[in-house]
Amino acid sequence: MKIAITSTGNSLESNIDQRFGRCAYFVIYNTENKAIEFIPNPNKDKEAGAGPAALQFIASYNVDKVISGEIGAKVKSILDSLKIQMILIKESEKKLKDIIEMLNH
Amino acid sequence: MPKRIQRLRKILERPVVEGFKPYGVSNTEQNEKPIILLYEEYEAIRLCDYKMYNHLQASEIMNISRPTFTRIYASARQKIAKAFAEGREIKINGGNVYYDSSWYHCNTCSCYFNNPNIDEVIIKCPLCGSQDIMSDNCSPVSQEELVDDYDDYCICPNCGYEKKHRYGEPCNQLICPQCNSFMRRKRIF
Repeated sequence: MKIAITSTGNSLESNIDQRFGRCAYFVIYNTENKAIEFIPNPNKDKEAGAGPAALQFIASYNVDKVISGEIGAKVKSILDSLKIQMILIKESEKKLKDIIEMLNH
Repeated sequence: MPKRIQRLRKILERPVVEGFKPYGVSNTEQNEKPIILLYEEYEAIRLCDYKMYNHLQASEIMNISRPTFTRIYASARQKIAKAFAEGREIKINGGNVYYDSSWYHCNTCSCYFNNPNIDEVIIKCPLCGSQDIMSDNCSPVSQEELVDDYDDYCICPNCGYEKKHRYGEPCNQLICPQCNSFMRRKRIF
């Protein structure tokens, strides 16, 4: 199962990014082989429609879950129809390594 | 006549707080009842004044008509203004709402998550695996409790007689006790 996490930087020490569409990096974590992949968000500085564009980008990786701080109205409805589970973490100081550790419960 | 059925209002997520309390109130007695701000009213304020959507866009997000949205928004502003002016507590509770999908809250890692697949029953948190989760739904508040919070009046256009509007009672069918002409709603906005 693949899980996308929004990140502020490209290391495991970075914090989770509270924004979805304009996050700095996406982290694709594969629960089966524990592979972690950092992908820079190409739509970071897009003026409008960053959310749906980011979603399209992330959906091409066939993720099953998305972890972020907040997800906008447009994206939520698309994620719902794609049956991708959303997990919202409201603490901005949460480190990526802690999240991945939690996912390995 | 049966009451008109209200369409459910869609809200994106539950409010971050359960209410607001005033401080520095001169009369320390908490004798005033708190003002109950409904979830849909909170959502209307959030969409309109925080997210800066216009009424039409916001009404589409909440899946209601534009006039209904404007009414909810007006009532929300009136309640908030009332709480400010009278120094009363605001409680965010109740209302005719549903969430865009069923949301859950984990008490162990305090994350929120939804259930995209309705056929599956969620028993544990997808993040930390804890089983201490709860469904994120709100309890409806009866209309009687709300009557005091929102000042809505019926007025006689002929002689100016006013009475408090009662929920589910159309003003234009009421007859003014003073001059026997039909009443109408007093619009304060």
